[in-house]
Amino acid sequence: MPRRILTGVRALGRRVDDAIWRLGFAARFLLMILLYSGTALRRFGLTVRQIYFSGVLSLIIILVSGLFVGMVLGLQGYDTLQRYGSEESLGVLVALSLVRELGPVVAGLLFASRAGSAITAEIGLMKATEQLSAMEMMAVNPLARVVAPRFWAGVISMPLLAAMFSAMGVFGGYLVGVMLIGVDEGSFWSQMQSSVDVREDILNGVIKSFVFGVAISLIAVFEGYDAEPTAEGVSGATTRTVVISSLAILGLDFILTAFMFRGT
Amino acid sequence: MNRTILDLWVGFFVVAGIGALLFLAMKVGNLSSANLNDAYALHAQFDNIGGLKVRAPVKSAGVVIGRVSAIRFDERTYVAVVTMQIDGRYTFPRDTIAAILTSGLLGEQYIGFSVGGDPDMLAAGDVLKKTQSAVVLENLIGQFLFSKAAEGDSSAPAPQEKKP
Repeated sequence: MPRRILTGVRALGRRVDDAIWRLGFAARFLLMILLYSGTALRRFGLTVRQIYFSGVLSLIIILVSGLFVGMVLGLQGYDTLQRYGSEESLGVLVALSLVRELGPVVAGLLFASRAGSAITAEIGLMKATEQLSAMEMMAVNPLARVVAPRFWAGVISMPLLAAMFSAMGVFGGYLVGVMLIGVDEGSFWSQMQSSVDVREDILNGVIKSFVFGVAISLIAVFEGYDAEPTAEGVSGATTRTVVISSLAILGLDFILTAFMFRGT
Repeated sequence: MNRTILDLWVGFFVVAGIGALLFLAMKVGNLSSANLNDAYALHAQFDNIGGLKVRAPVKSAGVVIGRVSAIRFDERTYVAVVTMQIDGRYTFPRDTIAAILTSGLLGEQYIGFSVGGDPDMLAAGDVLKKTQSAVVLENLIGQFLFSKAAEGDSSAPAPQEKKP
């Protein structure tokens, strides 16, 4: 019995130790990416190619999800607001909840599972098939050639995707609220415009999505680079990317919200 | 995938993203109406500002003519000093009354200007002399209950006197 407890404690200690090692390596990895990102920015074609794969190809899922999230917000919001006789505020409800929270967070979660997992799998497979080692042999730095363009592509794509998600959501709310249910169109837009502030709400939403973009991209390229070079290792790394970046998005979202909207 | 077509798609993607941001800023937010033309500052002192917040609108006859830019507490006179940025196109007479009003029953609070008839106009940095504080619902209910109780006192004993 004591032996079993001892093994349990030892396993726990190894996990914590391992997690701290990985965290430290991830921080150093971010610095190294920033250091070697000169190539990614100078040969911008590399980054543009990655923006195509992670940004443009995520467009459809982002736009369709945004539309449906906005439509659901319109239906649910109307149902609650009409009890208080203030269904004209539907535009405010849809726009504020999308721009402040749902746009960055849901777009971030979708981006992590659509593009982040693909980046991890790609880099992990490159490592497993020793393409990264081959690059090093040819005096090509894989960090500058492979990792940095993917990182920057994610950082650039994420705010744009979140903005499109929010815009599409507002359109969906408009479709359901004004076209389907029949909320007055004028008050829908004018109440929205008078309560949504450009700096307070929209800019903070963009900052949120930018932070999420950095977090998702870093986790994705790090997990891929750090993956065990086996088939199992790559699949585990891909799963970890989705799990860790989803948790990171939700945790960061709480911290950022606490800083941004303290109800002053 | 052809290189130029790929570039085209990425360009389209970036344009769509920036377009979405612009849509959010112009149509959803209030960027197009937020800027005031060479605004000037006016101050007003209130005993109680209720729930007034910075960036709340200043309206006259229902039209937005400015925004609240700062609210601070004066520690010598114990009143709230509200600073407003008023659109430079409009000037107001010296005896204009600033009142804190509420839009709707539960809506946000704003400052309403009731224009007076003084020939002199307010200049930048002036203080509005006449103000009307926010209505605090609890005080209103308190007054109502008090007046009801006073009515009850005067009417209730009357029938009792007739009884014997």
